[in-house]
Amino acid sequence: MSAIPAAAPRPAVPAAPPVPAAPRRRRRLPSPWHLVLVPATIVLIFPFGWLILTSLETPPEALHFPPLLTPRHLSLANYPAALHAAPFGTFFLNSAIVAVTTVLSNLVLCSLAGYAFARLRFLGRTALFAAIMATLMVPFQVTMIPQFLIVKWLGDHLAAPLGINHLGALIVPNAATAFGVFFLRQFFRTLPVEYEESARVDGASRLTVLIRIVLPLSAPALATLAALTFLDSWNSFLWPLIVITSTGEMTLPLGLATFQGAHSTEWTLLMAGNVMSLIPMLVIFFAAQRYFVRSVAATGLSGT
Amino acid sequence: MTLSQVSLGRGGRPAPAGRAGRGGQGARRRPRAPRSRPPGSEQLAGWGFAAPGVVIILLFGAVPIVWSAVMSLQRNNLLSPDTPYVGLSNYRAMLHDPVVVQAIQHTLVYTALFVPGTMIVGLFLAVAMNRKIRFISLYRTAAYATMAISTISEALVFIWLFDPSYGVVNYFFSLLGLPQQQFLNSPSEALYVIVVMTIWGWTGFAVVIYLAALQGVPQTLMEAAAIDGAGRWATFRRVTLPLLSPASLFLAVWLTINALQLFDEVYLSTQGGPLNATTVLVYYLYEQAFQNFNFGYASAIAYVLFLIIMVITAIQFRVGRRFTHYRS
Repeated sequence: MSAIPAAAPRPAVPAAPPVPAAPRRRRRLPSPWHLVLVPATIVLIFPFGWLILTSLETPPEALHFPPLLTPRHLSLANYPAALHAAPFGTFFLNSAIVAVTTVLSNLVLCSLAGYAFARLRFLGRTALFAAIMATLMVPFQVTMIPQFLIVKWLGDHLAAPLGINHLGALIVPNAATAFGVFFLRQFFRTLPVEYEESARVDGASRLTVLIRIVLPLSAPALATLAALTFLDSWNSFLWPLIVITSTGEMTLPLGLATFQGAHSTEWTLLMAGNVMSLIPMLVIFFAAQRYFVRSVAATGLSGT
Repeated sequence: MTLSQVSLGRGGRPAPAGRAGRGGQGARRRPRAPRSRPPGSEQLAGWGFAAPGVVIILLFGAVPIVWSAVMSLQRNNLLSPDTPYVGLSNYRAMLHDPVVVQAIQHTLVYTALFVPGTMIVGLFLAVAMNRKIRFISLYRTAAYATMAISTISEALVFIWLFDPSYGVVNYFFSLLGLPQQQFLNSPSEALYVIVVMTIWGWTGFAVVIYLAALQGVPQTLMEAAAIDGAGRWATFRRVTLPLLSPASLFLAVWLTINALQLFDEVYLSTQGGPLNATTVLVYYLYEQAFQNFNFGYASAIAYVLFLIIMVITAIQFRVGRRFTHYRS
């Protein structure tokens, strides 16, 4: 900022002298910002709290109006009832399989392709990269109908597990993403090429160079891609809604939506199901909060 | 709601589309054998490495772009096996479809409320949280937690909170002496309830982006402003806010793209009702494509959506650039 002199000549403000071992440091007053942050936090977590409270109530108490802020009968009975009404365990397993597979295949395929576009010269490289970049700008809704037809054709003619109503239909179309290729290519290009060249001179194959030298240096980028891909996959709804209709293959968001359709007024049951759908992701998120936050921040930091 | 649809150059460049990769790359090119033909082994390795990922991206990303463009020019409704070309009649039909016009209006109204709303909430919370005080990580975690919740879970909780008969929000209204509302059952209110629930759902995202940007604001600038006699508000207004402008532009574009593609919450809470009051473009597209199997018409809607997104983001970049300060 040119308007402000970066290092204005400082008036000789004496550095606050260290309080000479005062008997006991006076406790500082709590910051006034708590007055803002406490209500804001309550508003933010209120939906979570109300969700959990309802899931522990009996139906008559949950449907009491005015709502009971301190219900008499709390129990876990809604949870087995929800599990009985819909296979949340299966939904969770499906979500986990799809998310983990998608993350792994993205890490492998996008690393390979990103490295090729970053470092190797081959015929058609520029054209291919341009084609990939073009797909980045197009919203999913434009491609979803043909994607649906392609997946249906693959399932009918090539291999059933890739087709409609199979988990493969959720994995394969996202097994590599244009974003992942672009993101890793950009990262690889920031690495000093000298290590790679000296390894090549020592006789290492290109694959060895990628695995032994480039990928270890790219751990932060790989972690970011993994976290973003995981969130995307786990929360994806529209695509599963289109290609999955059988309960046994549903992921958590789709299973929860279907469950809601079937029990739309049984609020205690719905909230118990909702809690069960939420918990795995919340646990994963808190366990790796730093990674998720850093990854999401990385998408925006490009601008600053 | 994929996080991966914008082509903002994320490789570390400040990158409004089209400016990415302008500098930096070529600067370090070392003297190399002047553009020799790459050896055959490099060709082979290049293709071998790129092929698996590229095949998937082209098959599920590039081919469908062309295919749906073709379909939008056909009558394709699965009722008959023929898919004759009908020129632009699918696009013309949209002009005479009152639901499409409504859907575009709802989508734009929703976007116009959701995007600034989320940005203001996010900025406010991020500024409040950008200090080292007690419990700060607790406060931050509460905001971040909204990122972990899926759109479906979020919508399901909010349907319950805003239930007209038993919902706790109506209870709060009654405590404040306000009349009871129909919320999602009311054609005049439903869209605003969806605005509220999605702002809540995106709060964590906005806070993360703004906090990261705030932490990049050099303390020296704030001190310099303070020494120059600027008050807190003036410092925020004249120093902090301009320094946050790249993050603001990013958020505006990102949130807009997602807002224009609103679907999940509508599907779960109102299914476009009551009386089409929450029919947004993508929801209508979904109905046409996968309930009426009107693929030709749905593809035309998809391309119009694409056009709307392109135009609006282009305007944002054009206007935003004027207000955006990049530090270099």
